[in-house]
Amino acid sequence: MEKSLLAPGHRACAGCAMPTTIRLVLDAAGPNTIVVSPTGCLEVTTTPFPESAWCVPWIHSLFENASAVASGVEVMLKRRGKDTNLIVIGGDGSTFDIGMGSNSGMFERGHKILYVCYDNEAYMNTGVQRSGSTPFCVNTTTTPSGRQSQGNPRPKKDMPAIALAHRVPYVATASIAFPVDLRRKVKKALQTDGPSYIQVNAPCITGWTFNAGTMVELARLAVDSGLWPLTEYVDGELVGVKKVRRPKPVQEYLKLQGRYKHLFKGAQGPDLLGKIQAIADANIAKYKLVD
Amino acid sequence: MSEKTTNMKVVEGSYAVAHAVMCCRPDVISAYPITPQTHIVENLSQMVADGDLDSEFLTVDSEFSALSVLIGASACGARSYSSTTSQGLALMYEVLYNVSGMRIPIVMNVANRAIGAPLNIWNDQQDAIGARDVGWIQIYAEDVQEAVDATLQAYKIAEDAQVRTPVMVCMDGFVLTHVYEPVHLLDKELAREFLPDYKPANILDPAHPMTFGAFADPSTFTEFRYQQFEAQQKALVKIEDVAREFEETFGRYYGGLLDGYFLDDAETVIVTLGSVVGTIKDAIDDMRSAGKKVGLLKLRSYRPFPVQALRKALKNANCIAVIEKDVSIGCEAGLVTDLKSAFYNSNIRTPIIGFVAGLGGRDITIKDIKKIVARAEASRKGIESEFEFLNLRTEIL
Amino acid sequence: MAIKAGSLVDPCSTRITKTGAWRTFVPVVDHGKCIKCSLCEIYCPEGCVHQEEGLFVPDLDYCKGCSVCANECPRMAITMVLEEK
Repeated sequence: MEKSLLAPGHRACAGCAMPTTIRLVLDAAGPNTIVVSPTGCLEVTTTPFPESAWCVPWIHSLFENASAVASGVEVMLKRRGKDTNLIVIGGDGSTFDIGMGSNSGMFERGHKILYVCYDNEAYMNTGVQRSGSTPFCVNTTTTPSGRQSQGNPRPKKDMPAIALAHRVPYVATASIAFPVDLRRKVKKALQTDGPSYIQVNAPCITGWTFNAGTMVELARLAVDSGLWPLTEYVDGELVGVKKVRRPKPVQEYLKLQGRYKHLFKGAQGPDLLGKIQAIADANIAKYKLVD
Repeated sequence: MSEKTTNMKVVEGSYAVAHAVMCCRPDVISAYPITPQTHIVENLSQMVADGDLDSEFLTVDSEFSALSVLIGASACGARSYSSTTSQGLALMYEVLYNVSGMRIPIVMNVANRAIGAPLNIWNDQQDAIGARDVGWIQIYAEDVQEAVDATLQAYKIAEDAQVRTPVMVCMDGFVLTHVYEPVHLLDKELAREFLPDYKPANILDPAHPMTFGAFADPSTFTEFRYQQFEAQQKALVKIEDVAREFEETFGRYYGGLLDGYFLDDAETVIVTLGSVVGTIKDAIDDMRSAGKKVGLLKLRSYRPFPVQALRKALKNANCIAVIEKDVSIGCEAGLVTDLKSAFYNSNIRTPIIGFVAGLGGRDITIKDIKKIVARAEASRKGIESEFEFLNLRTEIL
Repeated sequence: MAIKAGSLVDPCSTRITKTGAWRTFVPVVDHGKCIKCSLCEIYCPEGCVHQEEGLFVPDLDYCKGCSVCANECPRMAITMVLEEK
């Protein structure tokens, strides 16, 4: 790897997948890149005034307007004839929820922008609240498990499908556990003449609660269980799927995380685990993940 | 009047302002429709489509995005423009703070309109006056010509290295946007001389990477705000300077921070913002011919609020009537409150009576002005009511 | 330190904060076992694993002791050891 374009000394939690995601994305993109970010863990941990971990030009405005800000940058880069990579890197809270309007507008206007969502499946920076990206049955502070609750009652919002519905020419899902695949997808996205969207699974040690240093192991299990299929769409057609060589039951993945621990005790647990397994099985069937 | 500007035409106010924007040569314009500013951006889009204006024109998904897009563009060195009103300005509220905090010299026309609920598309000034704390400079135009002139001046003020503060040029919605009147359209070449290209010191550029928009903790936040505060103090001087420079180049002067009409020997002074100035001037002409010593102080710069200039201009008045088209619900209204506070620690003890009028587009007539003057004059003997809603229709309450 | 209007900040400047002070466990590399796959360098959230004269070495100024490298090393060449301070 080239010298990292994200400097150390940032304030991300020890063992956080987000900075790894950024480093992989920037490594694939190179220094001729401008990054736009919304508010979130990334922004707060990498730019505490008067310091910044970014070695490329970077701008933060608000929580819900990264795509709009990037649209303005894109228009100026085109106007000045600059061939610079333009990437939005934002979390799922901004991408799936509050930034939806801004993202929809950017996708629909067809700007040449790569949108990378580092997806840790909740509003982590504010202390682990449920977002539209939070999967079924996850314990968060606003969907806690309790005597009358089993965690988040809603399925995960299908953001890649939303990007596809906007005719985004390149849409992919990726994972830090498969760094070569992620870098390849970033490079391919940057060659797209229009918007592109890559959603990266980024396990959060603080929000998901797992053993120190196991972020990559968990990301790998998410893929191997079928809950995080690695897919690639070009012009609306599914062109690539990463097959799962050693499929695992969802339990193997869920039991390692505190955010699912309520499913392993109590009467409702097995039934709900079955429902989550059904989600994984549906992905396996839809994408033919297992040969 | 100078011979320099010969381009006079009867045009719609929105067209005149769009033409002024064209003469400012913005790199990026963002547009979202909302009555009554939509004609401005429609005219701009036609100018772009016809090749008369070399700007990137973006039709965006909301006013929130409209202003956000300009942040990105400006960070790359663009001179940027948008226009909005009412609900749109309210939707942008968060972004307004972001633009001023990031010291981005965007200029925006606000076609002042009431904010719902209840929904109302007609003119009042609640939108901009309600946003007086967001850190933008606010200049109010009395007629279409001034809106045109102020738009060009606004960029010069905003982009000044000591100011670096965004500017709202406020024009009463429908009243000034949809009226047809004779206007001196700006001369493009003169405008270029007056307002050179925008060249900011720092932009997003891989050759010189910088981080824009870091978060500031308690140890530095106050000082960032203070820098903005200081910049608006500098703007007090810049606004006057730019108005005078404009007069030298184009031959027109509408005042700097404020302007007066029969102000010097006035006993009763009316203080106001915006297009009602036209009606007031006619009313004053009537009252003066009947021997009354009434005058007008037109406030042009609402933010920065020109305390010293106001104290100087109003020191000889023996009663003051403030007319404004907004309400600060729970506490009178914006302009009268700011004016009273500007005088409190001075030795001016003139009664100041506040009148809310024209809300939601209700007409203000010459008769109304005379009524206001009479009410204000009665306060010389003692203030009975220091604040009222003019022409309140009690029969429908 | 004068603040730049608009909270403008110089690039790569978090280097002045030595996050190595955070850690409880420190990675110890057995270079004899190392096959130079560079996965430790790829996965490190701090980007503080570097090659020095062909050896993969964590930069202890910044290493937070997260143990991702130790977990992922395919030859188990990295051990996390309680750091004496």
